[in-house]
Amino acid sequence: MHLARVIGEVVASSKDANLTAMKLLVLQPLAASGEPAGRSLVALDSVGAGVGENVFFVRGREAAFPFYPAEPPTDATIVGIVDYWHTENGVRVG
Amino acid sequence: MILAKIVGTVVATRKDDRLLSSKLLVARPMDPRGKPEGSYLVAVDTVDAGVGETVLIVSGSSARMAAGLKDCPVDAAVVGIVDTIEVSDAGS
Repeated sequence: MHLARVIGEVVASSKDANLTAMKLLVLQPLAASGEPAGRSLVALDSVGAGVGENVFFVRGREAAFPFYPAEPPTDATIVGIVDYWHTENGVRVG
Repeated sequence: MILAKIVGTVVATRKDDRLLSSKLLVARPMDPRGKPEGSYLVAVDTVDAGVGETVLIVSGSSARMAAGLKDCPVDAAVVGIVDTIEVSDAGS
């Protein structure tokens, strides 16, 4: 799983039937320092996250599992909203 | 999923049987602000997308979960046509 900040939303009316009513959010992955790290991506939301929040997300085939037994075609899904994280450099508030 | 702009189509007569009648599109990944990034890829279309449209592409084994692609040899599928992208500068 990866840390990321939610930086935006995507609206798509015409989409796969299994994506109907799913929230699509734009994520900027973060390094442990909180700095942006890598390319942004679009993820489904399974926890009610919103723009400006720090979250963690799962990549790959497992990204569909939070919606079981539905199988939306997704390769990235937000599975948690971060309250804070702690590294050797201190604590960062989500 | 990644955002991409459709820039072309691919025609291949000789291909895997499970790709028969699939529409293949050439896509250029882009960031949420529209700037192209990364290299081009070929994706199977499942939502009737066309050249010039901004789309959502799902990659890897998850692509096989798109409509009609079960057990197909694909690793990228177009699963949505983007209407709008809203990016918060404060959030980045």
